[in-house]
Amino acid sequence: MSKAIMQLDALSCPSCMQKIQGALAKQAGVEDVKVLFNAAKVKVNFDEKIVSADALADVVTKLGYEVKGVKVKVAQQ
Amino acid sequence: MKFQRWIQHHTNQITAVTAGLIILGFIGRFTGQPWLDTSAFVLASIIAATPIIIRAWEALRVKTISIELLVSIAVIGAFVIREFDESAIVTFLFLFGTFLEEKTLARTRKSIKSLTEMAPTTAQVVQPDGSVNETDVDFVDEGDVVLVKTGAQVPVDGKIVSGSAYLNEASVTGESKLVTKRPGELVYSGTMVDNGTIQVTATKVGDDTTFAKIIELVEDAQDTKSHVEKFIDRFATYYTPAVLLLALLVGIFFRDFKLAITVLVLGCPGALVIGAPVSNVAGIGNGAKNGVLIKGGEVVDTFSKVDTLVFDKTGTLTKGKTEVASVQTYGDSHALAYAAAMERESDHPLGRAIVAYVTEHELASDSLVVQATNTIKGQGMTAEIENHDVAVGNQTLMNAEGVILNDAQQKTLIAIQHQGSSTVLVAVDGALQAIIGIADVIRDGVKDDLRQLKAMGVERLVMLTGDNELTAKTVGSQLGMDEIHANLLPEEKVTFVKQLQDDGHTVAFVGDGINDSPSIATANIGIAMGGGTDVAVETSDIVLMQSSFGELIHAYGLAKKTVRNTRENIIIAIGTVVFLLIGLIFGYIYMASGMFVHEASILVVVLNAMRLIRYTPKRIMASNKPAKLIKSPAAIN
Repeated sequence: MSKAIMQLDALSCPSCMQKIQGALAKQAGVEDVKVLFNAAKVKVNFDEKIVSADALADVVTKLGYEVKGVKVKVAQQ
Repeated sequence: MKFQRWIQHHTNQITAVTAGLIILGFIGRFTGQPWLDTSAFVLASIIAATPIIIRAWEALRVKTISIELLVSIAVIGAFVIREFDESAIVTFLFLFGTFLEEKTLARTRKSIKSLTEMAPTTAQVVQPDGSVNETDVDFVDEGDVVLVKTGAQVPVDGKIVSGSAYLNEASVTGESKLVTKRPGELVYSGTMVDNGTIQVTATKVGDDTTFAKIIELVEDAQDTKSHVEKFIDRFATYYTPAVLLLALLVGIFFRDFKLAITVLVLGCPGALVIGAPVSNVAGIGNGAKNGVLIKGGEVVDTFSKVDTLVFDKTGTLTKGKTEVASVQTYGDSHALAYAAAMERESDHPLGRAIVAYVTEHELASDSLVVQATNTIKGQGMTAEIENHDVAVGNQTLMNAEGVILNDAQQKTLIAIQHQGSSTVLVAVDGALQAIIGIADVIRDGVKDDLRQLKAMGVERLVMLTGDNELTAKTVGSQLGMDEIHANLLPEEKVTFVKQLQDDGHTVAFVGDGINDSPSIATANIGIAMGGGTDVAVETSDIVLMQSSFGELIHAYGLAKKTVRNTRENIIIAIGTVVFLLIGLIFGYIYMASGMFVHEASILVVVLNAMRLIRYTPKRIMASNKPAKLIKSPAAIN
């Protein structure tokens, strides 16, 4: 299980949160999603064999939010 | 998609253009040019409504009935009944309000943002051939040696291998005081080298450093909702559709389309939704800046209700290391220096305390030559210094050496022992020259701090310790504890905490984080005195980075203040809705004025929360430093 942390542009509406949360959770290979509203960060645990962090960042970008940076921690083994 | 994003990115410009058009429309109206009047307001409405309708639609797609939807319907309604000026002003106010809200919200989030911006980005990694390579912090590995020069930031957690420096550790401890660090000592990522050059072996890098963990904790905390927030969230999910339904009913029953769309605008739950979270974000941010890590809105809530504080003794109320607490000398002023010279090589805790004391008070002992040293296990040691026979140890040793204590000296000895100190006697040439009391010293100013906590609303102070009865009683009664329990095992402390909870108290346990973890986890609020240790940071609800009681006061005051602030905001929000309803009934409020009052109330709650950013607790009394050590026999008796 890998973990990706995306830094977004400041979020202003609570519904953005639900939107990002919902869209990412629907992706195959995504275990859980946490959107930090105040920090404008998205934390995703995912299976890197099924989906890549870049693909996930793409999903968020397509929703209309600028992804400023992605940090990925690949699982050991 | 592209169009939507363009609109979102240019919302501020759209707001400005709308403002211009509205002014133009009014000019048209007052100069008697109906074409300008109408066309300017129509254009303004269309332009300003676009971003709002887009947002409403996006929220609808995730099955949320948003405030934007209420406004969109209202504006379209106003447009249909040709109230172009109303629709223009409502959309403009809504956009402008959102803009102001974002700006002020950014201020409340600023404290955490300034923390993240302090995170180091690059490191100077020393290569095997001795050269230095600038690397991104993400690529530094544990075990790498990094070079940190004056003015630079320590990029990793690690141990100094060479050099020494003055460091400013404010980013980790919250206190901007310079500390000296020498080889072997630990330095933390995010701290600044004020003066000096050091080489550091990395023990923790990237997201594992204390600094990174603090940031993660605060970020998570600001999004961990309190009960109130959760309630309001639930409330809002039903409230907004309910407003929609109400407007529909009003429209059907009163056959008044205008009234129906007015209800839509007035029903927006703006201030209510934002009021509680914004207080917590500001409060938690204030804590983070002042060395107090509070893990979420719920912790703020519970901590403000705490009426019983339970303390661990060693390492929490006391410094957790033995120090010379009192010294009584008789005549020979060299006695202390002699004792220290003899204890120099010893690793006995009492011996080390004496050496530290003598070094601190500059009673030079370096040049003394110690000869014929003889250590007597369980008693002390004897030696020859400057042709004097010196004995340092307990009473048994004194008896064996034929040193006789007179009545006054006996009394002093007993008095010092009753203060909870261990005693070391020093005899020179067969005569007693000094009695040294050594104890685990109470932290500076704790007594005043505890009194202030009581004044702030804590009802009971309880001390639990694994230490013996006598020491516990002495420390406890000095500090004015209401209850003292000694000889406790860690699991017995847990039982005590549970007992207090069963008696109906809301309990906070303050401990130094490692052996107290079970109690910290059991109490309603676990508070860790954390010099940045992992266990402390993880198990507790609140971490006092500087391990100071000043921070405890700050945390308690802040929690109470934040809860009050939340309450104020909810009252403001509900008051606004009531005010608007009354205005509506009496016919003073219509769409544009209703929206204005709404946006104003949102700003008021955000501004109210911003007061928390600057909060510092009022000190009820000046904290005076404890009387310094050397006491006269009269004071002891």
